[in-house]
Amino acid sequence: MPIELRINGETKSVDVPADMLLLWVLRDVLGLTGTKFGCGMALCGACTVHIDGNPVRSCLLPVSAIGNRAVTTIEAIGATPEGARVQKAWLDLEVIQCGYCQPGQIMSAAALLKSTPHPDDADIDAAMAGNICRCGTYVRIRAAIKHAALGSAKEATL
Amino acid sequence: MTALAVSPSRRAVLSSGLAGGVLLAFRLPAFAVNEPEQPPDSTAGKFAPNAFIRIDGSGKTIFVMPQVEMGQGVYTALPMILAEELDADWNSVVFEHAPANEKLYANPVLTVQATGNSNSVRAFWKPLRQAGAAARAMLIGAAAKEWNVDPASCTAADGKVIHSASGRTLPYAALVAAAAQIPPPKDPPLKDPKQFKIIGKPVKRLDTPAKAQGKAVYGIDAMLPGMKFATLAACPHFGGKLAHCNDSGAKKIPGVRQVVVLDDLVAVVGDHMWAAKKGLDALKLMWDPGPYGHVDSALIWKEIAKASERTGLVAKKIGDADKALAEGEKFERHYQMPFLAHATMEPINCTVHLTNDSCEIWLGTQIMARVQSTAAATAGLPLEKVIVHNHLLGGGFGRRLEPDMVVKAVRIAKHVDGPLKVVWTREEDIQHDLYRPVYYDRLTATLKDGRIDGWLDRVTGPSIVARWLPPAFTGNHNIDFD
Repeated sequence: MPIELRINGETKSVDVPADMLLLWVLRDVLGLTGTKFGCGMALCGACTVHIDGNPVRSCLLPVSAIGNRAVTTIEAIGATPEGARVQKAWLDLEVIQCGYCQPGQIMSAAALLKSTPHPDDADIDAAMAGNICRCGTYVRIRAAIKHAALGSAKEATL
Repeated sequence: MTALAVSPSRRAVLSSGLAGGVLLAFRLPAFAVNEPEQPPDSTAGKFAPNAFIRIDGSGKTIFVMPQVEMGQGVYTALPMILAEELDADWNSVVFEHAPANEKLYANPVLTVQATGNSNSVRAFWKPLRQAGAAARAMLIGAAAKEWNVDPASCTAADGKVIHSASGRTLPYAALVAAAAQIPPPKDPPLKDPKQFKIIGKPVKRLDTPAKAQGKAVYGIDAMLPGMKFATLAACPHFGGKLAHCNDSGAKKIPGVRQVVVLDDLVAVVGDHMWAAKKGLDALKLMWDPGPYGHVDSALIWKEIAKASERTGLVAKKIGDADKALAEGEKFERHYQMPFLAHATMEPINCTVHLTNDSCEIWLGTQIMARVQSTAAATAGLPLEKVIVHNHLLGGGFGRRLEPDMVVKAVRIAKHVDGPLKVVWTREEDIQHDLYRPVYYDRLTATLKDGRIDGWLDRVTGPSIVARWLPPAFTGNHNIDFD
């Protein structure tokens, strides 16, 4: 039976098993390959998407559990103020190397800035601990999150 | 969301020999396709003076990358070298993956078309400078001819040829056809480093904007019309075989299309990775451990420790070490470096479309030409029937210097109709990595007056180079090196 999903502001109807995990619906059925497969066990964070603005590991989320909640992926996160700031900060500070984990990193960072606009190191560590980077870009990720938060402060004073 | 373009595979276009307008006749895929329509290294309608540079009529400067991007920044560093000597407009520069071609794209240091050993800039520094300088000379030659002036009176900057005396300029885009008629100079003069405008200056990476937006395409992201998805279980013992496979449960999983049973692995083929993974979990497998079933870590450490007591080849000897080591207070320590999986963030994968007389491959690899020859050998096809499309690599670390994933994918694809994406689970990726080898280091030192007087380091381990690039190993008197 087709399942309706709200993804990146559009309603998509997918004819998939109810227990199919969101990651594979995004990647293999809808062709939204920006969301990455890394481990399939919520251990690496590469598959992070937002469900109603909260970061969720799509590799363990059955599509039947989503209902009417809004799914946002890396392809559309730039349309949110936090997502746009994080993407810009990532490029300003040249965070990215191989880049495979970075969609997940950016999704986690954007969610953090939405809930905590001015995170300290402990906030950043807590929010980003589940996102692994094999290139080791952690130091620049932390700096870029602060840079993005600063962008928010600047906008607020304007 | 941006709508992704839907297009047939390059093979379909090539084999049909039809023009673009007829393409609608092809069955449209159920999902989006993210492979470029144009083959890599296309020279049609472009100024293509050598293997690395393509300038089209719109002024876009395409650099064909002889080394692969796996995070190290080479898709920015190599364009900087080319753009510098070409005097290209940096803002018009884009990169393209090189096709498999050992002759055109071999790494001069490694002698094969491979990216590794942290030598990309060092190896390609001179060839790319020469390529850029030659192209620049041809563009200047074309403009000088057009203006009927001495080429020596012209200069170039930011993608334009300039004749200062008359104040005239011509953009490279306008010279594409004429420059192709100019013979390439044999030994074009290179810039004095003092003149460098791009090299040595900070620039933004060319590969990262797409990566930040989720638009970058890695091998695992290859999407083709009618594609099926597979995942596999290989024999957990090296040299072992499959003894028994019960696939009745797997075949009941919705979306599972096929179970491919080979002598040392099983693959489940489905409509998506979810079905393939569930199908794999539902298999009941029994393995025959084979001749190496008894080999475990304890045995390997025991054997390598024993081997380390033997005399080996001498890599380096300075002074009278024997004498120094025979005197004074002596220390000996042993260090064990375990097998390590490379654990690239992008799990190992390979997409194959195999037909009776052709084989097309999509993946991210550090060894384009070796992937092509390995696929040809596995498929039983001549080299020219194998096309390899390289992608961005979600990490390499040497794991993608190996073609084992290609062998497995082609073997599975022999039993499957249409394009097949084979993605390893993370568990399979770790278990069947071609591990960084074990090493056993036996360090001995003697002290004299509180200072190190004698030092002996005996390194015991399997050699990667001996297997991977035998001539380099024998050329180094059979002494291993990194």
